[in-house]
Amino acid sequence: MTLLGYFSLWLALVVGLWGAITGFVGGAQGRADLQQSARHATFALFGALLIAVISLEVAIFRHDFSVQYVASRTSRNLPTFYLWSALYSGQEGSLLFWAAVLSLFAALTQLLTGGRYRVYLPYVAAVTSLVASFFVSVMLFAANPFKRLAFTPMDGQGMNPQLQNPGMVFHPPMLYLGYISITIPFAFAIAALLTKKLDTEWMVAVRKWTIVSWLFLSIGLLIGMWWAYVELGWGGYWAWDPVENAALLPWLVMTAYLHSVMIQEKRGMLKKWNLALILGAWVLSIFGTFLTRSGVIASVHSFTESPVGYYFLFFLVAATAATAVLYVTRLPLLQAEATLESMVSREASFLFNNLLLIGLAFSVLWGTLFPIISEAVVGVKITYGPPTFNFVNIPLGLTLLLMTGIGPLIAWRRASTANLRRQFAVPVTVGVFALLILLVGGMRDGWALGAFSLGAFVVGTVVQEFARGARARNRQYGEALPLAVLQLLSRNRRRYGGYIVHIGIVLLFVGFAGMAFKTETEATLRPGESAELRARDGHMYTFTHLGISQYNALNRQVTAALLDVRRDGKEIGRLRTEKRQHVDALGNRTFEPSTEVGIMSGLRVDLYVVLAGLVNGTEQAVFRFTINPLVWWVWFGGFVLVIGGLIVLWPGGAPVALKGSRASHVQAGYAVKLEAER
Amino acid sequence: MKAGTKFALGAVLIVGSVGYLMASGIKQTGQYFLTPSELAQRVSVDPTFYDLGMKVGARVVPGTVQKEIATQTLRFHITDGTVSYPVIFKGLPPDTFTDSVEVVVEGRLEKDGVIHATDVLAKCGSRYEAVPKA
Repeated sequence: MTLLGYFSLWLALVVGLWGAITGFVGGAQGRADLQQSARHATFALFGALLIAVISLEVAIFRHDFSVQYVASRTSRNLPTFYLWSALYSGQEGSLLFWAAVLSLFAALTQLLTGGRYRVYLPYVAAVTSLVASFFVSVMLFAANPFKRLAFTPMDGQGMNPQLQNPGMVFHPPMLYLGYISITIPFAFAIAALLTKKLDTEWMVAVRKWTIVSWLFLSIGLLIGMWWAYVELGWGGYWAWDPVENAALLPWLVMTAYLHSVMIQEKRGMLKKWNLALILGAWVLSIFGTFLTRSGVIASVHSFTESPVGYYFLFFLVAATAATAVLYVTRLPLLQAEATLESMVSREASFLFNNLLLIGLAFSVLWGTLFPIISEAVVGVKITYGPPTFNFVNIPLGLTLLLMTGIGPLIAWRRASTANLRRQFAVPVTVGVFALLILLVGGMRDGWALGAFSLGAFVVGTVVQEFARGARARNRQYGEALPLAVLQLLSRNRRRYGGYIVHIGIVLLFVGFAGMAFKTETEATLRPGESAELRARDGHMYTFTHLGISQYNALNRQVTAALLDVRRDGKEIGRLRTEKRQHVDALGNRTFEPSTEVGIMSGLRVDLYVVLAGLVNGTEQAVFRFTINPLVWWVWFGGFVLVIGGLIVLWPGGAPVALKGSRASHVQAGYAVKLEAER
Repeated sequence: MKAGTKFALGAVLIVGSVGYLMASGIKQTGQYFLTPSELAQRVSVDPTFYDLGMKVGARVVPGTVQKEIATQTLRFHITDGTVSYPVIFKGLPPDTFTDSVEVVVEGRLEKDGVIHATDVLAKCGSRYEAVPKA
């Protein structure tokens, strides 16, 4: 099987390069036969990579430890669930996964894109094939997933215990899907640049793809945060780690794009900017991959340092340079059809939102690279750690939250004073009211006050928008209000789905702000002894150590501590936290012991307990107790955000009205019908 | 004033505040990241270098780790091959902490010549891949 897999990688490389050449040449010379060939190449590429993926999975499921990848990532006693995720839990396999998914997306694009957008397809096939070929060549020359060992070990080395968590089964593929799907809008952007058909049409063609990648990036980031929270045991979910940042960067840029593209559709402005955002998001996705795989910057995520990094660096530099040259040569063709009329307009507020998002992205990028930059420039590494990130990004984030509320309230072109008064009266009142309540309630943390009251303001704007829309429908069609709200959502998914995303963002900010009120203590307890910890809302929590149990599970020896939990003296439940020593099939220890956090999650606070160790093998145990307020709202906000994104993505709904000469043609609706969420 | 000009002013304001925030953020919260040799050299040149928050990246010297679980005190030595420093840390080390692992120690070098750490991060380059059996 591994021979077949290896062979299909070579086939994929040949087919991919063929697709790139025929696509570019066929597009440039207008030769239909070559164009057809490029199209077919994307299907063949997908076929070849699918065979490679199946070959690797078969090797994993058969425990074929003569394959290095299988031997170093899995073992005989690894639960079946994690045999699936072993495909992408290491360097080589995740490259294969990446290439295969990209080829799937590329083939789908060729199948699903119809009508007028077909002119772009040869170039799209060429770009996607070229990118996929790059990934395949990295596997063939630097990180072969089918590499064989000189001997066959009895058992594999097993999977890192921290990856043996449901979050780790879903986090990487979701994030990858987001990363990879940016390649499709990027390929269309390159196609538009090459064909010089730079009106807004190509953006309509990729609209669904941009939302798909934004949505998958969001889901990937959220699951990653959840995994870090429940698995790593340090009590938080975001540490401004370089690779977290690398995933956040394209998300920020895509978020900016999803807003600014509306200005281009409605007013024909910002053509250069939007194109740059798409190109930039893709370059950042490759940059993120480079960071993860090169070990350039120390990170909890880094794979083993390997020559793979050089390949990515070369590809990053070459692709960025080629893209930049192409972009600059086409700049004269990207003239705006309108100018900004007033500072008090939807356009202006979207522009400021874009500047903030890009400013945020820049500060994150700068912070991530800062240790390297400072070492190169002043000769000493200076850290840019979580305190610095928070110092810079909290004010920017809150300003952005403010813009989230302001944007939807201001009219296009030019807002009148009367219009402003009508739009802002209720939401501002809601925000101020929330601020006063919190102040009276005794909250004094400035940033948290800002987050909560701005959040209330944004919720006010969204509720007002829904209420007005529903009332209008009620008057016009006589629909009952609940029905009218549903109709609003289904008739104008982009707008109202977007508002639901805004609600999700507010809830996320509420959760983030909650971390300002975190409390923590450590204690060494004998069975029967208790530790007390007071939450910032005044409740006293008592944790009583009930005892230690030790037993063997499938692939690990477990040491578990059970704790009785009381709030203000009343029992509210029991918490269990574990130390796990993973073992192989022969009972030999593998990896360092890992911690299973005990979490009791609630709307107000999460109780978070870590078993740090036993004192000299007795039942006396060391614990760390943390009270994390409002963490639940992060996950709930993420859920709401994803639901909003799905509403925007759902096929159908009102067509996009385009500004410009071809607007009438677009009334036919979307050309890309994508059922991403089957 | 034209709307475009006003917008440019707003843009400058935003870009300026981002830059200002980053500059002052680094000034107020940035820390030196040094190897033990660099630290020793700085201390010998500049005696005021003690008691300054910093991070030191190095390797744990095998066999020097002493854990006192009851008081949650961790003592070990770090080295970059030429210079080594003793470290004392009160708190829970990460799961990945062992002797011979690469660590980032955050804390202060005090006059007693010991780095009093406020945080210890185990920086394992191959964290998500199995450690080859020695």
